[in-house]
Amino acid sequence: MTEQPTATAGVLDALDAIYRTESRRIFATLVRLLGDFDLAEEALHDAFRAALEQWPREGVPANPRAWLVSAGRFKSIDGIRRQARFTAWDDATAHTDTLADPAPAWHEADPDADALEDDRLRLVFTCCHPALAPDAQVALTLREVCGLATEEIARAFLVPAPTIAQRIVRAKARIRDAGIPYQVPGLAELPERLDAVLRVVYLVFNEGYAASSGESVTRADLSAEAIRLGRLVAELLPDPEALGLLALMLLHDARRAARTSAQGELVLLNAQDRSLWHRGQIGEGAALVERALLSRRFGPYTLQAAIAAVHAEAPEAADTDWPQIVGLYDVLLRIDPSPVAELNRAAAVAMRDGPTAGLALIDALLARGELAQYHLAHGARAELCRRLGRTEDARAAYLQALSLVRQQPERQFLERQLASLPDTKNF
Amino acid sequence: MRYLCLIYGTDAQTSHFSAQGMDHYINEHLDYDAHLQALGKLVAAEALQPAGTAVTVRMRNGKLSVTDGPFAETSEQLGGFYLVKADSEEEALQLAAGIPSARFSSIEVRKAFSISDNGDQGSGP
Amino acid sequence: MKYLCLVHCDEAVLRALPPDERRALNADSMAYDRLLEAAGHFIAAEALTSVSAAKVVQVRQGQRSHVDGPYAEAREQLCGFILVEARDLNAAIQLAGRIPMARYGAIEVRPIEVMEMIENPEGNAA
Repeated sequence: MTEQPTATAGVLDALDAIYRTESRRIFATLVRLLGDFDLAEEALHDAFRAALEQWPREGVPANPRAWLVSAGRFKSIDGIRRQARFTAWDDATAHTDTLADPAPAWHEADPDADALEDDRLRLVFTCCHPALAPDAQVALTLREVCGLATEEIARAFLVPAPTIAQRIVRAKARIRDAGIPYQVPGLAELPERLDAVLRVVYLVFNEGYAASSGESVTRADLSAEAIRLGRLVAELLPDPEALGLLALMLLHDARRAARTSAQGELVLLNAQDRSLWHRGQIGEGAALVERALLSRRFGPYTLQAAIAAVHAEAPEAADTDWPQIVGLYDVLLRIDPSPVAELNRAAAVAMRDGPTAGLALIDALLARGELAQYHLAHGARAELCRRLGRTEDARAAYLQALSLVRQQPERQFLERQLASLPDTKNF
Repeated sequence: MRYLCLIYGTDAQTSHFSAQGMDHYINEHLDYDAHLQALGKLVAAEALQPAGTAVTVRMRNGKLSVTDGPFAETSEQLGGFYLVKADSEEEALQLAAGIPSARFSSIEVRKAFSISDNGDQGSGP
Repeated sequence: MKYLCLVHCDEAVLRALPPDERRALNADSMAYDRLLEAAGHFIAAEALTSVSAAKVVQVRQGQRSHVDGPYAEAREQLCGFILVEARDLNAAIQLAGRIPMARYGAIEVRPIEVMEMIENPEGNAA
């Protein structure tokens, strides 16, 4: 058939590689040029189909990305004219004229037409726009920025695909109806808007990180997506908190292999086999934390990452620098007070000063009421009571934790802890 | 001429199957596909995911509306279809009757408007 | 991934359309099939004749029987389908929304179940 079958195979491999690494970037540019998510999606599809057809004959172009963007845009304009009767536009020609204009409205202030990097950032900020419901932000970001299929997102969040599909349809309609601009926010709005982006990224990471068995293969991919997203944001917008979040995710993810035993049981930090930790990721995370801390404009993500870095530095659990950890929690609680951070600080205080000190803090916390429904608070209390030989109190606290826990691996952990308590004679 | 055979059934009809029974049932359908293919009668055949995976789409005044769920909640769900070529309605009914599901389910047979495969125009509306 | 777009409409509503509109709808529908083909989404499609000509077949105890009429009585009946290839459910929804009949009726989008021949079904182990 073809005279040079290996040449064609080489071209197809190249196209495949480009699809895997560049398609979301190209998509982001097409969204800017075409002014519409759905048009851009079809244009992307058409561009790669055109490449599949033409590149084996003509060879891989010198600038494949530019070729694909151009092909997608051309086919879209052409397609809009042919499709005019199938769309809502009253005057398709007016729309195509706008698109054919090299400087359409959305191109706005950015004179650099090759700013593909900025297009990805625009895409992220648009998908995380506060006008969209939080779960819609997550679904839209995963689909449009990360390229996940609706069904993949659904599986990862254990939600039916139609539900995710509706969130995405509504989100796009909202963007259209509210006229949400496709742009990177201005300096004044940036901190708050970046907050929303980081929140989405962290949410995705935690969905992936929390699962420790069963579906964990799929859900580990979610953590990987979050890290990928986190890298993108940190690369394009090296705000200290973006660096801090990336560091936090890398440091937590570095421990993944040690978090579950061969039997699939949860292994807590103090019992993990540290030789299974990913040292490369730890190194990367620690370096990012340093960078973020140096800026002096760091926030909660950076501080949590710094705490994770202190843990990661300790060759064994017994070597952990608890005073430093307590100090970092002190700072964290000053800038971003939360009951959970207080709980974690209390656990660190117990390690630094002994269980009695830690228990006093946890009891005070629980008395305030905010953590009454939080299984980890009761679990932590149980552990400290056990260390103090207060077996009955430990038993009661484990039972309380078990009544609140939802994840199976954590449930099994608590049950093992409960079972390992010494029997008492009186009830 | 082309006919669409729609398979309507319930989970209850096959829920008592053992795993082996279910595998065998699926293989029977795939064998029937191959059989129809060999006869030159098969245009398309697919099993559908359950009704809970469906969405219903409408376009009204330029606005896309999407609702969860199938178009109609029926006691028996649409579980699959065969699109076949047949020279007569009788042949179409025979082909439909040959579908393994026909033993438990109901097969609705609908004639399509398609241009017939020997080139004549199909009957118009 | 494959999706079946089941086109439902009220036959009476269609019959009542002005002839020009009816013709345009038919032309648009066929043109849309071609558009899907050009874009690589099209697998198969048919417009269906009236439900009044439908038959429902069953085989019980080796005996075939049939009754006239559709499986379920309803005002809006299945009047056609398009089997498409799309990236995911949302992409399929977009394709379905632009089916010309979507403006008049409703399109059910159902994912296809992938069936593979099962080698050595349980119980056949050597």
